[in-house]
Amino acid sequence: MTGRTAYVVGAAHTPFGEAWDKSYRHLMTDAGLAAIQDAGVQGEDIDEVFVGTMSTGKLVGQEHVASLLLDGAGLADQHLPATRIEAAGASGGLAFRQGVQAIRSGAADVVVVGGLEKMTDVSDADQAAVTASGIDQEWEHFFGATDAALHALIAKRHMARYGTTREQLAAVAVKNHAHGARNPLAQFRRPITEETVLRAPPVAEPLGMFDCAPTSDGAACVVLCSDAVVDSYGGKAVQVSGSGQASDTLSLSDRADLTSWRATEHAARRAYQEAGVSVADVDVAEVHDAYTITELLAVEDLGFVKKGEGGPATVEGRTGDGGDVVVNPSGGLKARGHPVGATGIAQVCELTWHLRGTASDRQVKDARIGVAHNTGGTGATAVVHVLEGVQ
Amino acid sequence: MTVPRFWREIPQRYNLQASKCGACDAIHYPPRTVCPECRRASIGNLEEVKLSGRGTVLESTRVHKAAPGYEAQVPYTLALIQTEEGPVITGQVVDHDGRAVSAGDDVRAVFRRLGEDGDAGVIYYGTKWVLA
Repeated sequence: MTGRTAYVVGAAHTPFGEAWDKSYRHLMTDAGLAAIQDAGVQGEDIDEVFVGTMSTGKLVGQEHVASLLLDGAGLADQHLPATRIEAAGASGGLAFRQGVQAIRSGAADVVVVGGLEKMTDVSDADQAAVTASGIDQEWEHFFGATDAALHALIAKRHMARYGTTREQLAAVAVKNHAHGARNPLAQFRRPITEETVLRAPPVAEPLGMFDCAPTSDGAACVVLCSDAVVDSYGGKAVQVSGSGQASDTLSLSDRADLTSWRATEHAARRAYQEAGVSVADVDVAEVHDAYTITELLAVEDLGFVKKGEGGPATVEGRTGDGGDVVVNPSGGLKARGHPVGATGIAQVCELTWHLRGTASDRQVKDARIGVAHNTGGTGATAVVHVLEGVQ
Repeated sequence: MTVPRFWREIPQRYNLQASKCGACDAIHYPPRTVCPECRRASIGNLEEVKLSGRGTVLESTRVHKAAPGYEAQVPYTLALIQTEEGPVITGQVVDHDGRAVSAGDDVRAVFRRLGEDGDAGVIYYGTKWVLA
């Protein structure tokens, strides 16, 4: 990569879960102020702001949130450009990429990127409608499809094609809950057993309740800066060495292959190439496990394991603590929680902590290269970032 | 009564009305304005065709947490249907009365009521599938 480099110099997120005592704007302000403090930047240092959120309109009745949230942080009088980004589950990851591009282009030296969702103030039906708005409303949802049902179809294809078992799917949930138990900011902090996953109420067969990420409230924020100013912000910088984004058909029915997400493959290839890393170099990854099956697709499509080997690799511990690449040390969407727009930013926070060596008792040993992978719907949008610790 | 989100005046919503590319003969459902293979060469060169309604189940799932409007039907079967003309369509397989639906099963399209926009709203119609 030539030209300007972006660094993460501040990272913070709120506890994820049910935040009935906070509004969405309070959540975002909490995360934003903590990230700014972590970075050591002042309000007047900031050049631009991005925020990723999927559906404030349906969930809290408010659009036009970028300037509102900037005001909440006490920065209205700076008159900064503030932009909201949306791509369903990938909203946070895309907002982060916009921040990286603003730095690289020379348009900004310091950028704040937030992500948030406040989901538990509405009924289950309204939450489901929001999740379903990331799939094709006219040609999938209208005919009875849900986001979970489409992922169930993918899971069944994967099982038929590669021999993936129900127990291997469950192993993803067991692993991520074990990881989440060590994350003080996670929504679920208790280990679970395979039996718990297998006995959970069915959602769309073969997926049950414990195969699905929860609905959550939460906000996350990172501060990015350019190489021109990185030395002003202490020694805690993490380099963004690769950034890739790709798209695919919104409808699952239009894909030639249900068991690979081409958008993930393309985004990953671009990000690895830009970073000049090979997949074998990756120590830690935060991937988009909205369902257990999606972590299997992710570890395969990101190249961590061979296609079809996601299930056995998970059971063998190759993606767990002490494995070849530690996948979702935070607990992932499954256990950390999934406040949709916050997820892509929380992934970057988690990697930043591991690459700084400050992830306390869940620290991935000698973590040097991390990968963040964030997707929307059934993989119609994917964004992959490579982050590297700065020695 | 709210304005319906899904107008009956969009005929392909309740007919299996597809588009055929004059350049490569590929058939697409839902119909497209531009063929994704031929792109520019297909503009103004797409014709309307009707699918036969015959297909096979590519994959299916039993849905226990329903899409809005489908709550009374749980558990129901949702499938990807491979039509004989090529397009894959997402839809419910109904009236199979306990018989398991599996990949490879032959199905045919039926015209059914899908729901309505509230108690006094417009009724939606569309395609469901039954075992052939």
